[in-house]
Amino acid sequence: MPQIAQIAETYSSQIFWLLLTFGFVFFVIGLGMVPKVQATADARDAKISGDLDAAKAAFARADEAEADYRARDAESRAAAQALLAKAKAEAAKAAEVKLAAADADIASQIGAAEARIKAASDAAMAEIETVAADAARDMVARISGVDASDEAARNAVKAALAHG
Amino acid sequence: MAESGKIDPMHQFAIEPLFGTDHLSLGGFNIAFTNSALYMVAAAVVLWIFVVGGMKRELVPGRWQMAVEYMTGFIKSLLIANVGEGGKKYIPYVFSLFMFILLANLLGLLPLGLIGLHPFTFTSHFTATGVLAIMSFSIVLAVGFYKHGLHFFSLFVPHGTPALMVVPLFFIELVSFMVRPFSLGLRLFVAMTAGHVLLKVLAGFVINSANASPALGLTVGTASFILMIGISALEVLVAVIQAYVFALLTSVYINDAENLH
Repeated sequence: MPQIAQIAETYSSQIFWLLLTFGFVFFVIGLGMVPKVQATADARDAKISGDLDAAKAAFARADEAEADYRARDAESRAAAQALLAKAKAEAAKAAEVKLAAADADIASQIGAAEARIKAASDAAMAEIETVAADAARDMVARISGVDASDEAARNAVKAALAHG
Repeated sequence: MAESGKIDPMHQFAIEPLFGTDHLSLGGFNIAFTNSALYMVAAAVVLWIFVVGGMKRELVPGRWQMAVEYMTGFIKSLLIANVGEGGKKYIPYVFSLFMFILLANLLGLLPLGLIGLHPFTFTSHFTATGVLAIMSFSIVLAVGFYKHGLHFFSLFVPHGTPALMVVPLFFIELVSFMVRPFSLGLRLFVAMTAGHVLLKVLAGFVINSANASPALGLTVGTASFILMIGISALEVLVAVIQAYVFALLTSVYINDAENLH
């Protein structure tokens, strides 16, 4: 086994060159270069997590803006609805007032017309009475030759008219 | 082993000085640039190229940067899972350890023999894995005593130990603690050595049976070759798992030092 057979003549060279090469590896590569590689990886990790955080924050802000927009939308909708309801109520009230005025006007017109009709029909009735009383006097005079008084004829006509 | 024909399955572990540096020395110690050292340098260079490719530092990473960041992220999550947030400061060390061992294991598995080179896995040498294990263990000791002072010894006395058991348990825990660097280093060395030996032995079967007779070559040789394909795949898995186990145990031990119990 050369590892044991050659140990006496090779151990110093082995140790020397190992320390030299491993020293180079440790001081130049391990201490000089590895921290830089590690720093790059760490910086990248930090950047990625930072970007992710920023994206999350932006997402939250967008959600907030949307909620805000929705709230304002609902608010303005409610305001519009209230305005509409108010206008409707006002219009209904105005219409009612106008309707009442028109109703009163129409009622008074109807009253006047009815009074006129009544007057006309009364006048007509009176005329009919006179005409009927004249006719009745004529009929009485022709049938019985008695000249009925105007008063009696009028009463008889009134009685007949009242009985239909 | 050498009797099985001309193929010595242990020869792959032999360390040979390269470029005539046999007698290069430092303070009396031989520091020849060997094939083992070559593969250490190769692992370091390949790792450097790999990480440099991930240094573009773009916000949207390319494939290469993604791969490098995946590896650092893997070590980071390993440390956070085992040590907690305080484990992040060990990322450079555990990353270096894991990638260096992983590349050493994988580079040693490359089929470079096809183009006449001799692949070498320095993690199959306990002189190398031992240094790495002692390094991890030293960090655990240093952090433990620096953070907790002598209170670090309470690691050896689990909560709720009866007073009578404190002393024996202290020694048992101390032994199990002191064994850690050995188990850490030997595990990697043994796993890599065993896999490579197995592959070489099976390759020896293929060659020797084919040389013996066509009938043996078609039966034993073919069966061994099919087995080799499966074991090669298994070895790639072992290369990754052993590197992971080394990094995982290191972070578990660091957890002891950081948080005690």
